[in-house]
Amino acid sequence: MTAIQETAHESEHAQDHHHDHPAWLAHHFDDAEQQFDAGKLGMWLFLVTEVLFFSGMFCAYSLYRNRDPQVFEFCSRFLNEKLGAINTGVLLFSSLTMAWAVRAAQLKQHKLLVGMLGATLGCAAMFLGVKAVEYSHKWELGLFPGKFYVSQIPGAAHGEHGYLGSLCIVPLILTIIAGVYYIYSLATMSKFHQQVAGPILVAGACFFGGVQLGRILEAEETTHHAAEHAAHEHSPGASHDHSQDHSAGELLPEKEGGEVIALGHKSIEDVKVMSEELKTPDASVNQKSMAGLFFSIYYCMTGVHAVHIIGGMLVITWLIVKAAREEFHDQYFGPVDNVGLYWHLVDFIWIYLFPLLYLIT
Amino acid sequence: MPIWMLLAVFFALLILTGLTVYQSQFDLGNAEIWLSLTIATVKAALVILFFMHLLWDKPLNAIVILGSLIFVALFLGFTLMDAEGYRENLIYKSTVKASQPGAKGDEIDN
Amino acid sequence: MSVADRPIVSPASGEGAAYPEHHFLNHTSGFLSWALTLDHKRIGLMYLVGVMSSFALGGMFALMIRLHLWNFKDGWLSNQTYNQVFTLHGAIMVFLFIIPSIPAALGNFLLPIMLGTKDVAFPRLNLGSFYLWVTGLVLFLTALSITGLDTGWTFYTPYSIETQKGGAVLAATFGVFVLGFSSIFTGLNFIVTINTMRPPGMTWFRMPLFLWATYATSIIQVLATPVLGITVLLLSAERLLGIGIFDPKLNGDPVTFQHFFWFYSHPAVYIMILPAMGIISELMSVHCHKGIFGYRMIAYSSVAIALFGFLVWGHHMFTSGMADVTTIVFSALTFTVSIPSAIKVFNWLGTMYQGTVSLNTPMLYALAFIFLFTIGGLTGLPLGALALDMHMHDTYFVVAHFHYVMMGGTLVAFLGGLFHWWPKMTGKMFNDNVGMISAAIVFVGFNLTFLPQFVLGTRGMPRRYATYLEEFQDLHRLSTIGSLTLGIGLLVALLVLLHSLFYGRRAPTNPWGGATLEWVCSSPPPHDNFATAPTVGDPYDFNGIEYDAKQGGYVKKA
Repeated sequence: MTAIQETAHESEHAQDHHHDHPAWLAHHFDDAEQQFDAGKLGMWLFLVTEVLFFSGMFCAYSLYRNRDPQVFEFCSRFLNEKLGAINTGVLLFSSLTMAWAVRAAQLKQHKLLVGMLGATLGCAAMFLGVKAVEYSHKWELGLFPGKFYVSQIPGAAHGEHGYLGSLCIVPLILTIIAGVYYIYSLATMSKFHQQVAGPILVAGACFFGGVQLGRILEAEETTHHAAEHAAHEHSPGASHDHSQDHSAGELLPEKEGGEVIALGHKSIEDVKVMSEELKTPDASVNQKSMAGLFFSIYYCMTGVHAVHIIGGMLVITWLIVKAAREEFHDQYFGPVDNVGLYWHLVDFIWIYLFPLLYLIT
Repeated sequence: MPIWMLLAVFFALLILTGLTVYQSQFDLGNAEIWLSLTIATVKAALVILFFMHLLWDKPLNAIVILGSLIFVALFLGFTLMDAEGYRENLIYKSTVKASQPGAKGDEIDN
Repeated sequence: MSVADRPIVSPASGEGAAYPEHHFLNHTSGFLSWALTLDHKRIGLMYLVGVMSSFALGGMFALMIRLHLWNFKDGWLSNQTYNQVFTLHGAIMVFLFIIPSIPAALGNFLLPIMLGTKDVAFPRLNLGSFYLWVTGLVLFLTALSITGLDTGWTFYTPYSIETQKGGAVLAATFGVFVLGFSSIFTGLNFIVTINTMRPPGMTWFRMPLFLWATYATSIIQVLATPVLGITVLLLSAERLLGIGIFDPKLNGDPVTFQHFFWFYSHPAVYIMILPAMGIISELMSVHCHKGIFGYRMIAYSSVAIALFGFLVWGHHMFTSGMADVTTIVFSALTFTVSIPSAIKVFNWLGTMYQGTVSLNTPMLYALAFIFLFTIGGLTGLPLGALALDMHMHDTYFVVAHFHYVMMGGTLVAFLGGLFHWWPKMTGKMFNDNVGMISAAIVFVGFNLTFLPQFVLGTRGMPRRYATYLEEFQDLHRLSTIGSLTLGIGLLVALLVLLHSLFYGRRAPTNPWGGATLEWVCSSPPPHDNFATAPTVGDPYDFNGIEYDAKQGGYVKKA
């Protein structure tokens, strides 16, 4: 008993008590190995919760794809395969740099570590830049989730513009702040601040690089489509003309209900053939309760994924600060390793999202 | 992890991405989804085993993450099995509705 | 001299050498020393105050419901208010009280001490988890007080999409989301702590059974709660953006919402009951002064319940329009859960056999638990049977069943555990005689409240109705009288505990004669629990633990 009392006394003088504990070892762990194992197991368990969190959306996806495959085939056309593929490459590359960063942390290559973390951050920003183009392009077309979905009419004028600009406001402000910070770090000649500000500024630039890249590729796609549409103008089908008469943003009105139902009774094959022939969105698919549902799932999945990317960027920035202080070494690199695990999981989920959303034929 | 291994895994992942984009250009019918999922799983396995070091990690961590996939399978399996089962009832009802004029939003039955 | 002959409440002053001058309660002082503490014991106590307050609030709503149902029509609440009141009662009790009660309050306090460690693996995460709980509480109270939630605690679609109380649904679902993460982080912390920080000598099968139960609970928290997170997130997206995934108007599938919801919420039932079972395992062994019977089976059955719990969620949805084949599968699987539950009950009874039972407050609550939980468990069987459930679904039979398990089980075990570990937490002994009276009143009041509800349910009284047929009035009145009795019993229990804080004598290190590590620590424990990780043996070996009148507690004699 007295021993415990003494401990209570001693623990008030934390420095006496923990003289054998280096600063990076939390007081309740016995040694570096226990701390590392605990952190790592904790991270894997967190990844488990992430997997189950996403599983809900994958469940909704399989449920509705299974039920209405034609909706998914129709809507997938609006997703730009090239942008998806580029983003996959960007994320894979960021995974590479992240894994390399873990290696650098272990080997005490401090400069390389900051560089690798900076590259990861840059890739993440570029991914978001491309994503911003994708989202804004869809919003311009009226491809909103669920009840806000606007029925698509080929050749019709696009809706509102300016979504891309508003998506860029926050990154722009952040980049400017990073730029000011970088100038400050140059002025003060502080190595530490330069090492922190540099990667952040580069990441800001990468975002706009991603936006630019996305715009170029999206423009290519649009002209490609326009050419296709022009070709099909010459073979007008009755149904094609018919749906063009209706204004965008409306379901087929009640009085045309007969036609909707008539379409509804056709088999999937017929619908497919029809839409293949006419390149016209089929009325039974091209409505809020069908295509809208696909875009709900698309935005939920990619949106939650993007939120994870943003979260990852925040913790990577935190790592860059720690790395610039040269805190990591072969006994203490748990934070880099664990953030790495998280980052790879974000990549892991995208690996599934890409073929499931973009590559449906 | 040696640098050559990091790079080799990265290029393998890129090649597999190219492959999955390439295969999506052909109409393979039902096989397509399974093929693209298989490629995705191979990629995911590469990421987990090498980038996440699971190959060298404690077995417990592997059990933890693989165990979670069992529960995902359970969740998806039961829910989809059930949805598949009661869809017949839904289609029956929606056909009844669809035969009435003015019904909309019920085109589950095609 | 047998153990039972000795008085538990010692006439001696009890101010023996064991009472520490420095302990975690007076280690530092001031508001911030509590609000920013990383000490698992203080976090546990803050949780305790929080969950008890939520319980008081939820209990208040319960009494409002019961008083409303005194007459078969024209109760004192409007129908709309009645809907809100039962929603609040359910949501507060489930999300704010039962789920965090034992793991977050008692578990936080006890787990590191039982493991002989200084703290949980991630103390900051632990504090963060507490503040997430507080945030959830605030969001919930907003939802409740400003707009009035009336969806029931299950938020079933399409009603939750269509109800006019949109703001309330949003605030409440966001609250549930936040509370879910609080629960996940607690569970994650416990799993890591148990896996990586066990002291030398504590193998898996030398862990106290409370830790096994907590471990199994944590597995469920980590695996199931994220699905609740995504469910309520999609539901809020449904309200905000009209995504239509659960909305039949947009061709979504409302039955899917129920699948999502119950994939979490059925395992959540085991988040509620498993730690209670852990407490009972400790209480039975310590107060019978006899090693636990069938240690391994109890340990395995905890894990089995956790895993089987994931296979049976469909039994909440038999009448929701599920496919026939799924209902049959789920009904069959439901019965598997009864096996590990029964194993536990038999083992507790086996522990009592030839034990020297000290009949005191914690033991009395433990006995009440076994009685009430057995009734609750057995009435679950007819509900799990598909054919019978079709008739019983959404009747008072269901209400009575889950109150027997949740309240008669978890709450009673929570109170038993609270009385059991109260001397350890506060360093004060309570008045055992009045404590036993509170246990008796709670037991009688509880049965009076819920036994009539079984009868009501089988006669066809549906749940959640503000008015009912006149023929049910007598049984309803019986139930209302019971609920008031129950309320008085709980009030007595609270007063006993509060009284002890001011007038209780100082608690000895080991007032009950337990063999687990927390009884080696002083009462209350020092700030760092243990100077170095202690070497441990069998947690249920009571040889050599003898009563010492001078200290008023038990000491280990070599």
